[in-house]
Amino acid sequence: MRVPFAAAVGLFFTALYFLAAIFAPLIAPYGMAEVVGGVWEPASAEHWLGTDNIGRDLLSRMIYGGRTTIFIAAAATVLSFTTGAVLGLLAAVLGGWADQALSRFVDLIMSIPTLIFALVVLSVMPVTLPVLVLVMGLLDSTRVYRLARAVAVDINVMDFVEAARLRGEGRGWIIFREILPNALSPLVAEMGLRFIFMVLFVSTLSFLGLGIQPPAADWGGIVKENKDGIIYGIPAALVPAIAIATLAISVNLVADWVLNRTTSLKGGRGG
Amino acid sequence: MGPIARLLAQRIALGLLLLFLVSILIFAGTQILPGDVAQSILGQSATPEALANLRAELGLNEPALSRYFDWLGGALTGDLGTALTSGQDIAGQLWTRMGNTLFLAFWAALVSVPLAIFLGLLAVRYRERWPDKLISAVTLASISVPEFLIGYVLMFFVGVQLGWAPSVSTIYDGMSLGAKLHAIALPVAVLTLVVLAHMMRMTRAAILNVMQSAYIETAELKGLSMFTIIRRHAFPNAIAPIVNVVMLNLAYLVVGVVVIEVVFTYPGMGQYLVDHVSKRDVPVVQACGLIFAAVYIGLNLVADIVSILSNPRLRHPK
Repeated sequence: MRVPFAAAVGLFFTALYFLAAIFAPLIAPYGMAEVVGGVWEPASAEHWLGTDNIGRDLLSRMIYGGRTTIFIAAAATVLSFTTGAVLGLLAAVLGGWADQALSRFVDLIMSIPTLIFALVVLSVMPVTLPVLVLVMGLLDSTRVYRLARAVAVDINVMDFVEAARLRGEGRGWIIFREILPNALSPLVAEMGLRFIFMVLFVSTLSFLGLGIQPPAADWGGIVKENKDGIIYGIPAALVPAIAIATLAISVNLVADWVLNRTTSLKGGRGG
Repeated sequence: MGPIARLLAQRIALGLLLLFLVSILIFAGTQILPGDVAQSILGQSATPEALANLRAELGLNEPALSRYFDWLGGALTGDLGTALTSGQDIAGQLWTRMGNTLFLAFWAALVSVPLAIFLGLLAVRYRERWPDKLISAVTLASISVPEFLIGYVLMFFVGVQLGWAPSVSTIYDGMSLGAKLHAIALPVAVLTLVVLAHMMRMTRAAILNVMQSAYIETAELKGLSMFTIIRRHAFPNAIAPIVNVVMLNLAYLVVGVVVIEVVFTYPGMGQYLVDHVSKRDVPVVQACGLIFAAVYIGLNLVADIVSILSNPRLRHPK
């Protein structure tokens, strides 16, 4: 199997970030909240990326921060996918008033900008990890719902689904054994995009001070902690920028490749 | 009543209904959620007396339905209540801040819309050649980076290293227009970059879509030059989708503004909202949330109205 250059680069960086996230305590040279030097020391042999606003090792903090960011984004993506896909497929199969009610409700949620809605909800909820994942995942599931429903409505009228109905199969069988396998490839491609969106979303919330609470940190939080250095010409806050951008671009490249491969197997575009 | 008028009336009625439902959702989101609003404002260590006082002050002892209609009635007549943390009138505070936010968004739109359309045309003109490829690479990069990071990158290199523009955007009454524009130069640049990519790509798609029609082929066979074809034949037909794109991106700008105002400590509505979310000042959050949602819905409504008015196919629904 030949992997195109762009996809190989994407795969390499994605794997790198995920491995660093999983093995963070083994890789990080210092503890996450351990003060080991002066304030905003420049890069040196002991501190590859220098130190942060209160003298913690920036590289260690970036590694632990990546772990938090990737974990939350992944959890929210899974939640968003399960909720959105199950409801979307259900709406397509049930049709009628259930479909109408669900779809109009989703329209309503989507008529408020996601960030604004999240801010409104977070103003009364305690900002904890489960709440963050829940809010992000459920708000984003509206987009998965629309995609899943649109794809499933097309599949639902095909002959093999009709045949399964005539055989007397139940709704569960039709959704999970007939429609889901055929709707999987557009959904998987969408998964990459949703994951990136989640990374950007949690970073934005943490940057605004409404995501991960100190002393724990994610990449958005590290920007917030070090932003005051910018005015004095200290680029520590730009390090997470590079991390987020490379992660997002790599996942994008991988998602593109997966989409091309899966569709070409079925004789679709990109073959 | 003609069919277009009926379609427009339907769409406007739908927008109003949506706005009404959204106001319910925002109210419900802050009131009926699990957990006690008073408790989460005062924290775990609050005394029972303080909790009871705050509940009475917020009117939490009344039924939710009557509180909702009080709030909605107030909002419709311009009374948004008072902020819990400062005791100040929210409407008075919001008025100047809304002006500042609109000032920022207006200049960002003024720069980004013509630029996006021009670059979109350029991408179509040099399709599959290097300008087009460069534009799509930049698009991918700018979609992959959150707004606040573009803000800090520009602040670091343009604001601090080069010193071309102030990295903190303070504006106040009595500043001259030139001084104000200099103060908001960086936030406008960031907002432009943020919406430019989407707008450019969608403009490109809209024009390419038109370019594949039969009448364009005819124009090509007549021997017209590429730019004449785009200017005389493609562009007029692409106006509706482009206006749609512009409106959707202005709606997107409304959200981007929230984050960018925090980055540049700009005294606008977004910063006001974020400040009060962390202070758990529910009335302010509700008011700002409602206004942001209303602007968003309004811009989407305008986009739909423009496409109804300019698209002959929509005028004759089956």
